[in-house]
Amino acid sequence: MNIIETKKVCVNYDKKLTIHDLSIQIPKGQITTLIGPNGCGKSTLIRTIARLLKPCDGSVFLDSENIEQKKTSEMAKEMAVLPQSNEVANDLTVQELVTFGRIPYRHRFSTLSKVDHEKIDWAMEKASVQDLAKRRLSTLSGGQRQRAWIAMAVAQDTDTIILDEPTTYLDLTHQLDVMLLIKELNEKEHRTIVMALHDLNHAARFSDQLIAIKNGYLQTCGPVNQVITRDNLRNIFNIDAKIIQDHNRPMILTYNRWRSGESA
Amino acid sequence: MKASVKYSLQMVIALVVLGLLLMLSVRYGSNSNTGSTVFNSLFHFDASSIDQRIIRHIRIPRIIGAMLIGAALAVSGALMQSVTKNPMADSGLLGINAGAAFMLTLCFTFFPKMSTLNTTAFSVVGAAISAGLVFAISSLKKSQMSPTILVLSGLAISAFFTAISEGIALIANLKQDLAFWHFGGISAVSWAQLERLGPWIIVGLVVVYLMSGNLNLLSLTDDSIKSLGKNITAIRLISLICVVILSGVSVSLVGNVAFVGLIIPHIAKFLVGTNNRKVIPMTILLGADLTVLADLIARTINPPQETPFGIIISIVGVPFFIYLARRDGNQL
Repeated sequence: MNIIETKKVCVNYDKKLTIHDLSIQIPKGQITTLIGPNGCGKSTLIRTIARLLKPCDGSVFLDSENIEQKKTSEMAKEMAVLPQSNEVANDLTVQELVTFGRIPYRHRFSTLSKVDHEKIDWAMEKASVQDLAKRRLSTLSGGQRQRAWIAMAVAQDTDTIILDEPTTYLDLTHQLDVMLLIKELNEKEHRTIVMALHDLNHAARFSDQLIAIKNGYLQTCGPVNQVITRDNLRNIFNIDAKIIQDHNRPMILTYNRWRSGESA
Repeated sequence: MKASVKYSLQMVIALVVLGLLLMLSVRYGSNSNTGSTVFNSLFHFDASSIDQRIIRHIRIPRIIGAMLIGAALAVSGALMQSVTKNPMADSGLLGINAGAAFMLTLCFTFFPKMSTLNTTAFSVVGAAISAGLVFAISSLKKSQMSPTILVLSGLAISAFFTAISEGIALIANLKQDLAFWHFGGISAVSWAQLERLGPWIIVGLVVVYLMSGNLNLLSLTDDSIKSLGKNITAIRLISLICVVILSGVSVSLVGNVAFVGLIIPHIAKFLVGTNNRKVIPMTILLGADLTVLADLIARTINPPQETPFGIIISIVGVPFFIYLARRDGNQL
């Protein structure tokens, strides 16, 4: 069953058509990763699915319902979004940040309920930031900060979590931490995950389905083994990749620029 | 100490300080009174006593005015800093001061006989017009109102109105009349003005207090706020309308008072942290504390001459602000 579906979506961004006629399906309960070169439209697609951008043509469906018809407050209970650049102007504590995740459930002027407090504690525990609860974000390392943001998305208690390049700027240990956390949220908490990633090996190792985009067009999509192939990578990234199998998943050992004219 | 206990204690202290300052303000000024004169002027008013008349008709309205204006300017500053995500912002950035000064210049030039009550009303209109222009310019771009464009268009509109009013003032020889306004003076606040403008300030403060939880959200990016299901444009718009009402009225009443809106929110944050549910009430009290204190000093430092209280605020506020900034720079 598909939780998110786009039908012939076109998106204008800065007066340029950045997404063309894109139809994709995102299955419920799986990890779906968008891959593609810089500027291919990954972030635009993510923001369109999250209703942060309005498509100029076509529609996006969440649980078979057109998101245009959904209330913003309802969307926030079904889908948590972690944008690419998440800054805070005030130097909040981790707990204050995670508390924001409960906003969709709060009524005007009401204070935090018992359920809110439980969900906040649970989210911080899931993302292993409970020991950092009182720390200010500016005092955290990049990896800790990203886990705090993920905790906020978890506290939002939605079926679907959308993440735009959640591992950017992190060192490889912290990247792995974040990926394992996302995998755990998917397996143990049954969250549907949609994310954009640059690291193809992470995409291959942690995803169920990949969607490859190039120049705003859908290039190819499907199970990891079908998408990460030498031919596809040549078409999408213009690279010549050496792919091996590791634990039944493709892994890119090394890669070079593709030189046209050389024999494949 | 538990955070909520600490916060309650701080609020009580700020309130007690305000109470003390109010009592001192009523007693002392260019002439000082005994406690019984003050008591009688409030509860057994004797219209034949000059001292009692001064207290009742001149001193009390200006003290109430100082209190309201201090709270209003300080809260406006807090709102502007949240909306623009710029710790150096205050209501002057919306062109409010320049617009009010512009209308005042026009009134002084073309209707020199106009009553204070009416010039005040006109300068509120001036503040609203220039703030409206700033909104209009910053919303021209099809995407949402960006804080940077808001600040830039505010600067441009301010410069424009300031230039025109200074030009007119120069030609009409008004420099002297406007000088007191530019330094900020509170002496002319009357019961009539308070009756007309006070309710606006009180309503504005109540609205800001009720939405203070939503103000916390403004520290997130627009995308994050929207994906939490909140309407960022509405929060921003209501905030800015409150700024126009609160500081437009204040600036029209007492003139160009700098620094209250800039420093008080920072002092409040220094004391109670970043949660606006605590910052806003503390800002209201501290703003009132500072202006009542400054007004008291302005009246007593060199009697019977009155020192413009805007100058006092800068002299009192700035060293304290620098002290805070140096002591805990990363809080700003």
